[in-house]
Amino acid sequence: MGVLQMDRTAAQSVQPRRGAGRPKLRRTAIGFAFMAPLLVVNLIVIAVPGALSVWYSFTDWTGLGPAHFVGLGNYRHLLGDPEFHTALLHNLAWTAYFLAVPMAMGLFGAFLLSRIKRFQMLFRVAYFIPYVVATVVSGSIWESLLSPDQGIGDGLANLGLPWLKNINFLGDPHLALGTVAFVNTWQWWGFLVVIFLASMQAVNPSLYEAARLDGANTWQEFWHITLPGIRPTVMFLGLMTVIWSFLVFDYIYILTQGGPAGSTDVLGTLLYRNAFANQQAGYAASIGVVMALISVISVSGFLYLRRRGWDI
Amino acid sequence: MYGVLLLLALYAIGPMVLFAFNALKTQPGLAASPLGLPTHPQWHNFVDAWQQANMGAGLRNSAVLVIATALGVCVISGCAAYAMSRLRVPGSNFFIFYLLVTTALPIQLFLVPLFYLWTKLGLYDNLFGLIVIYWAIFSPFATLLIRSFMVGVPKAYEEAARIDGAGEWRVLTRVVLPMVWPGFLTAALVAGLSAYNEFMLAVTFIQSSDKMPVSTAFFSFKSGYTQDYTLVSAGGLIMVIPVLIAFLLLQRRFVEGYTSSGMTG
Repeated sequence: MGVLQMDRTAAQSVQPRRGAGRPKLRRTAIGFAFMAPLLVVNLIVIAVPGALSVWYSFTDWTGLGPAHFVGLGNYRHLLGDPEFHTALLHNLAWTAYFLAVPMAMGLFGAFLLSRIKRFQMLFRVAYFIPYVVATVVSGSIWESLLSPDQGIGDGLANLGLPWLKNINFLGDPHLALGTVAFVNTWQWWGFLVVIFLASMQAVNPSLYEAARLDGANTWQEFWHITLPGIRPTVMFLGLMTVIWSFLVFDYIYILTQGGPAGSTDVLGTLLYRNAFANQQAGYAASIGVVMALISVISVSGFLYLRRRGWDI
Repeated sequence: MYGVLLLLALYAIGPMVLFAFNALKTQPGLAASPLGLPTHPQWHNFVDAWQQANMGAGLRNSAVLVIATALGVCVISGCAAYAMSRLRVPGSNFFIFYLLVTTALPIQLFLVPLFYLWTKLGLYDNLFGLIVIYWAIFSPFATLLIRSFMVGVPKAYEEAARIDGAGEWRVLTRVVLPMVWPGFLTAALVAGLSAYNEFMLAVTFIQSSDKMPVSTAFFSFKSGYTQDYTLVSAGGLIMVIPVLIAFLLLQRRFVEGYTSSGMTG
């Protein structure tokens, strides 16, 4: 049961209760009392600072002292800022890559797993393990494995792949972004396998039997039965991939901090640098607002299409 | 088919095995054979990493973070889920929508004002301050998860308890909780693991090294000693071993928790 599904079932659960013998008002008050802790932490941590961020995005706030209203100044600056363009481009490339490669790997792994009887559980655990490893640790696993002089490239070069010798995967501006995406993929794809597998197990088995009777091969079974059967899950994870790709921060900050020479800079690292190193909190806030807008537009677009009856 | 599956398993697990081998090598040994087995296991690497990376304090701080986050999230989300599924709350659908929006909003949107707000309130560089942030960001998902468990419990049990004169608090603690505890356990595991692994907020809001959780303690160690991969590997293993043990013991429940976060339908 996913969050978007919960949204749909919400209406069923709030039927008014009849004849409990207490004043309605009192039950309402108790209801709000139970909601209070969630609302209070949410207001203090998310809602109020979020609203302040929108206000600061229209000011020249440095983080200290007073903020002066500058209208759309920050947003105009964003439009002309080459760093912002580069970062946005990297986010777009990141989104395209994560919609293609990890999704395909996840579907492939889950489909293979769904067709075996023995050891399914064992493989599922093995694939999921990287997902529970902390980002700092998986970052340092690959930092050491990809190091030019002590990594696996050097080891493999000695085993007969000489072109892998002395490649500085994270230090070369042409390779760095792809390398960070590769490391993130290693941690991420097992999560997709587990979720796609759970979804595939809910597909009606008699459909496969019918397809087999009609002489379908494995690829046809996947394309005509499995994929349509799990389409809502694929679409939902696609939406999540888009949202997360525009918010990516941890791996880039841990592995390259946006470098070398801005070649891995994304909106998340650009915002962080402006807020905490350059003392441009107002400008950073405007980047945050742009990131939030991208999320909100993605989710609303998805929900709108679904409400319009699109089968996604 | 099993051959392909084994290759994929090697891709998932192999790097971690090499990482564990690296933790047991000497530095010249690692440079000489990055893919080889550790011929003379250097167990003292773990002792050195433990001391130099301040892992003891880090693990202690992380334990506080994880336990306080998991407990707080369960209390906050349990109450809210109960109110939304059982009590009369006007606009309950709106709250669910609001929680969905909150989970999709980037932390970066509120990070900057929150940082300065926390500085003013004395919650910057303070474990409790970080715990409150974790409560806020992990509770919406936990609320929706626990709520989905509560919706499945028949209301007849509660009605019976109310007729016997039980108040709302008693109904919640004596009737509903015992039936939905798997939901709480799942929510606690997901929130606890997220708190243990979380990086961006921890690195932003905790500055003193004696207050750092293990994730940022390890990060600052790694940033200072990038050339000695043997000690960095040993430190990384120290951080990851508690999670691996917990995951292998409770993997069904972990997978269930994450599956519910990623599936529609």
